[in-house]
Amino acid sequence: MALDSKEVEKIAHLARLAVTPGEVETLKGELSGILDLVERMSSQDTSDVLPMAHPLHMNQRLREDEVTEEDRREEFQSVAPLTDEGLYLVPKVIE
Amino acid sequence: MSELLHEKTISELSGGLLAKDFSSVELTRHFLERIEKYDGSLNSIITVTPELAMEQAQQADKRLAVGDGGPLTGIPILHKDIFCTHGVKTSCGSRMLDTFISPYDATVVHLLKEAGVVMLGKTNMDEFAMGSSNETSWYGAVRNPWDTETVPGGSSGGSAAAVAARLCVAATGTDTGGSIRQPAALCGITGLKPTYGRVSRYGMIAFASSLDQAGPMTRSAADAAAMLTAMAGFDTKDSTSMDHPVDDYVAGLEQDIAGLKIGVVKEFMDDKLDAGMAASMAAAIEKLKQLGAEIVEVSLPNSHLSVPVYYVVAPAECSSNLSRFDGVRFGHRCDNPSDLEDLYKRSRSEGFGAEVKRRIMIGTYALSAGYYDAYYLQAQKVRHLISDDFKTAFDQVDVLLGPSSPDTAFKLGEKADDPINMYLSDIYTIAVNLAGVPAISIPAASVNDMPAGLQLIGNYFEENRLLNVAHQIQQVTEWHKAVPGQFE
Repeated sequence: MALDSKEVEKIAHLARLAVTPGEVETLKGELSGILDLVERMSSQDTSDVLPMAHPLHMNQRLREDEVTEEDRREEFQSVAPLTDEGLYLVPKVIE
Repeated sequence: MSELLHEKTISELSGGLLAKDFSSVELTRHFLERIEKYDGSLNSIITVTPELAMEQAQQADKRLAVGDGGPLTGIPILHKDIFCTHGVKTSCGSRMLDTFISPYDATVVHLLKEAGVVMLGKTNMDEFAMGSSNETSWYGAVRNPWDTETVPGGSSGGSAAAVAARLCVAATGTDTGGSIRQPAALCGITGLKPTYGRVSRYGMIAFASSLDQAGPMTRSAADAAAMLTAMAGFDTKDSTSMDHPVDDYVAGLEQDIAGLKIGVVKEFMDDKLDAGMAASMAAAIEKLKQLGAEIVEVSLPNSHLSVPVYYVVAPAECSSNLSRFDGVRFGHRCDNPSDLEDLYKRSRSEGFGAEVKRRIMIGTYALSAGYYDAYYLQAQKVRHLISDDFKTAFDQVDVLLGPSSPDTAFKLGEKADDPINMYLSDIYTIAVNLAGVPAISIPAASVNDMPAGLQLIGNYFEENRLLNVAHQIQQVTEWHKAVPGQFE
């Protein structure tokens, strides 16, 4: 599987990663190589096999709909890059 | 006395603390001095926490004085920097979290704190646990104490190097595709990856959630048993934690293994295996026979598909897990973003290193429209086949055996520019994570004076049996007692 530059740029955009033209060239080869490795599994016949969801086939647990966490907003926001009056700040989204 | 403190086992240290032969403060100071003296040449630790350690040691001494201590009270350990530690930097080996001070403790950290351990600091690791050589860390490569020109393995390379160099009594690690067992093998220590769901993942920074599992990294199986006893257990804060009774791992160590059926994995021991490694495995098998174990050959016929399957499943899960690093709520943020998309893209590109970006992109591609069936769905189906291989094998035998790694430690830089070659370092460890079964790596006979690892694989929740077999081998061999020369 060989990816071209356009595909690499598209994947980078979907992953929200900025890549330079030089990086695109390197990534083209590296990602194609990894996909070649991965494709060794595609010849395996799996028509009768179910996909594995959990090693021990456990079901998702449910719990009562109760508040279990205390409000620690200030503490949690202290590690944020930019906040103001309890709000996370980002560049303007809506004009 | 104090020169020998770093050679003592957890039970010897615990006994010494109880008998007041030495205090936890003295013990802690001894290890902090060793870190100060030796870690410059290893780079195994990202953050040393001396004040906190001395404070915890004083508390431990108080607990011991009033008879409120347990087997780990006052024992100095290191945590892999993937575990959130309240009030202490938790970087995960990444620039993305270089300034992140965790506002809470991981469950593993909390449980060990309750048990009274002393935290000396946080160990270096491959960035976000992605790597097999500890060279992808933002904080620089870790060096192997047995030969500082070689890698310690990864991703828990800092923990493995620190335990091998006696900079702590024990350390925590995490294993997604071999990240406890492979560095344990390369550094000559004991490392256990428990059953998926045995140890809580709460507060352990997620890489691939269906594979990640925390475990102890120690100098012996007996020490690992003491650590796991404190770490294991059901946790409502982790939705995949298993509500299954925790065994008394220490009590199980002395059981006789005569008559135990051990299966040598044919696919791990074929003629492609390095001759030195094969001889090392043969010596271990001979010891097991002397202990009365019955050795048979078993097959894991789909194990050759493990690496391809893993490099779909793990990147797919990592691409969704790491989407939380967006430069908004915590972690690195770029300067002067022009708009929100620029903020996301530049913060992530500056914060993540090359290997993390490669894996995020592979995962994004595998999950993107039109490719899901060919990659993720096919991988999860083949994963089922690999998992069923273990079920079949455990119908025939009690424990599986093979090498932990194809080679001993390789040179720094040797595989750094060749991701595929690096990925193949984990050919013997990955199937275990895909199936979710437990496995342990213990030192076997060295190969060309470098440590080699023997891997024992157990059925679900049979950590007890793995520790038992490992301990019995360590009763009749000296492999785990070897110390790298300059760190004696």
